[in-house]
Amino acid sequence: MNLKDIIKPENLVYSKTPLLTDNVMSYCPGCSHGTAHRIIMEVIEEMGIQSETIGVAPVGCSVLAYDFMNIDMAQAAHGRAPAVATGIKRCWPEKYVFTYQGDGDLAAIGTAETIHACNRGENIMIVFINNGIYGMTGGQMAPTTLPGMKSSTSPFGRDVATMGNPIKMTDLVAQLPGTYYVTRQAVHKPVNVRRTKKAIRIALENQKLNKGLSFIEIVSSCNSGWKMTPVQANIWMEENMIPFYPLGDLKVDGELVKK
Amino acid sequence: MAKARGAIVVDIEKCKGCEVCVVNCPTNVIRLTREVNGKGYHYAYMEVPEACIGCANCAVVCPDGVITVYQVKE
Amino acid sequence: MRELRLMKGNEAIAEAAIRAGADAYFGYPITPQSEVLEYLMAEQPMERTGMVVLQAESEIAAINMVYGAAATGKRVLTSSSSPGISLKQEGISYIAGAELPCLIVNVVRGGPGLGTIQPSQADYFQSTKGGGHGDYRLLVLAPASVQEMSDFVKLGFELAFKYRNPVLILSDGVIGQMMEKVELFEQQPRVTTFDPAWTVTGKPKERERNIATSLDLDPYRQEKHNYKLQAKYKAMEENEVRFEEFDCKDAEYLIVAYGSSARISQKAVQLARAKGIKAGLFRPITLFPFPKQEISALASQVKGILSVEMSAGQMIEDIQLAAAGKVNVQHFGRYGGVIPAPDEVLEALELLISGGSK
Repeated sequence: MNLKDIIKPENLVYSKTPLLTDNVMSYCPGCSHGTAHRIIMEVIEEMGIQSETIGVAPVGCSVLAYDFMNIDMAQAAHGRAPAVATGIKRCWPEKYVFTYQGDGDLAAIGTAETIHACNRGENIMIVFINNGIYGMTGGQMAPTTLPGMKSSTSPFGRDVATMGNPIKMTDLVAQLPGTYYVTRQAVHKPVNVRRTKKAIRIALENQKLNKGLSFIEIVSSCNSGWKMTPVQANIWMEENMIPFYPLGDLKVDGELVKK
Repeated sequence: MAKARGAIVVDIEKCKGCEVCVVNCPTNVIRLTREVNGKGYHYAYMEVPEACIGCANCAVVCPDGVITVYQVKE
Repeated sequence: MRELRLMKGNEAIAEAAIRAGADAYFGYPITPQSEVLEYLMAEQPMERTGMVVLQAESEIAAINMVYGAAATGKRVLTSSSSPGISLKQEGISYIAGAELPCLIVNVVRGGPGLGTIQPSQADYFQSTKGGGHGDYRLLVLAPASVQEMSDFVKLGFELAFKYRNPVLILSDGVIGQMMEKVELFEQQPRVTTFDPAWTVTGKPKERERNIATSLDLDPYRQEKHNYKLQAKYKAMEENEVRFEEFDCKDAEYLIVAYGSSARISQKAVQLARAKGIKAGLFRPITLFPFPKQEISALASQVKGILSVEMSAGQMIEDIQLAAAGKVNVQHFGRYGGVIPAPDEVLEALELLISGGSK
């Protein structure tokens, strides 16, 4: 069988969802953002809820998410996405509302908005991209930067005695009564992408049932910020990030998962 | 068990040559080209097309969503 | 039938918001405006009209909730007092940049910093010249009575949607806290249609996606966006100037004052007239757009202008620009939370007439 016999419309098994625009992704080669964008859009397409979904992306690399996500979106100030999403969801309780935030945004400048939206149990989905660094501004130390990890503002490695400890936001919000589903996933391997996609589906289904807030951390790589090739970055992430931020569900159906 | 044959089509101009698909292909089909695209990236292609099983793992992990996958069950 | 009620200015804001068909209020307590949130919570507007009321975790969160709701085309407001309004400035700049309509109420207290909880008008610069970063303007309404607190909520929403721009009601602790008779307007229906050209309500098949944003990394497009904003502010200057005059026709000396200072100054004008001084009061109602032309015309008529403000002198700069050197303009103000008395204003006017200054 030659290629011409395989590459036919009837044999199509995977193609880019039309809910991603045709704009060329402005992210660096190998960046986890692109994969995360795509699977969120795939779930929205599969659920047939494009016309009922409103996304919120704040400041950071994700600030241009609306160039790629073919849905109505509101851009938010740095850290304020959960508040913006609250304003939208309270006025449109029947719509699907999600935020898409990086670690600097969600776990530093937006900590208050994150904690309180979670604690109020806003019926939204928060997607938290944790790559341990400020990507857009050029690789500065983030609230989630690992101990000893180098960045442009911790050039000799993060010294926790003077720079503080990395914050595990996902563990924190799992403790709050307002969160209904809290999970930590990744998108560097096919199996992880499929699990994360499933988590996004669960989170959006939860919204339909008014169950409370769903929080999905995606442990991600930032190969530019980490000064590695994309493949090296994914290996480094597996060896260093994931042991510190272990993958799996932390809270399901409003109940903490027992370890 | 039915054997599957597959093929991928890469959107060459949008591929950034990150190689994430290369390392995630279970049958070692994909490599990066020697040539470059309009942006100067070496892009993904099927070096061993006959080994492709159409599992779509490459497309699933592709950060830029540039891979389309076809599959025929023999 | 006329519906009259004795209310605090802050309560009038809250009741008017429900009646104006507001969809949502997001706020955070701060003296001297906490009655707005308290009244709304007690009134349960969700039961009356379906209006959402939420106490946010901070002023910053509240203004960003306003941003989100406004992006979807809903009628939404927030209120605060000076330190809280400072916190909201980032969000206000984003709202202005993204061209979203909303209503913001500032019941001003003395500053700077934590200042006092007593009335002040020292947020004039912040309100009329920008406040946050970037080239933008708010449409600023200055009520001088509890009645206007109510009326300007309705007017404010109309203007916010007319221009897709945030409107600020610049009140102060006097107007917010005092009780007066108010004639309430009738309940307006909540709006149920949303302009498909810009509202972020979920993308249907038949239109392109809508994005509420103030970001455009291309400087030439960003400049073009700024041109558009400036054209809008110019249109406001042409169409929305509002003011009130007392005894200005034959006036030889003019007091310019807004809000509670205008009430005090009106009494001072009466005292002056009783002494044979031909004084008049000009009260700007819109502080942006500022009634430049009217003050310019009066500057040609009178021998001197006294700007009366509960600040160290902020509006006086706009008066001087309008008067363009045609006449002497002097400032009289008490500040830090102190309210001037009419005889103090009269004294300052007499000083101006005698050619002296403080």
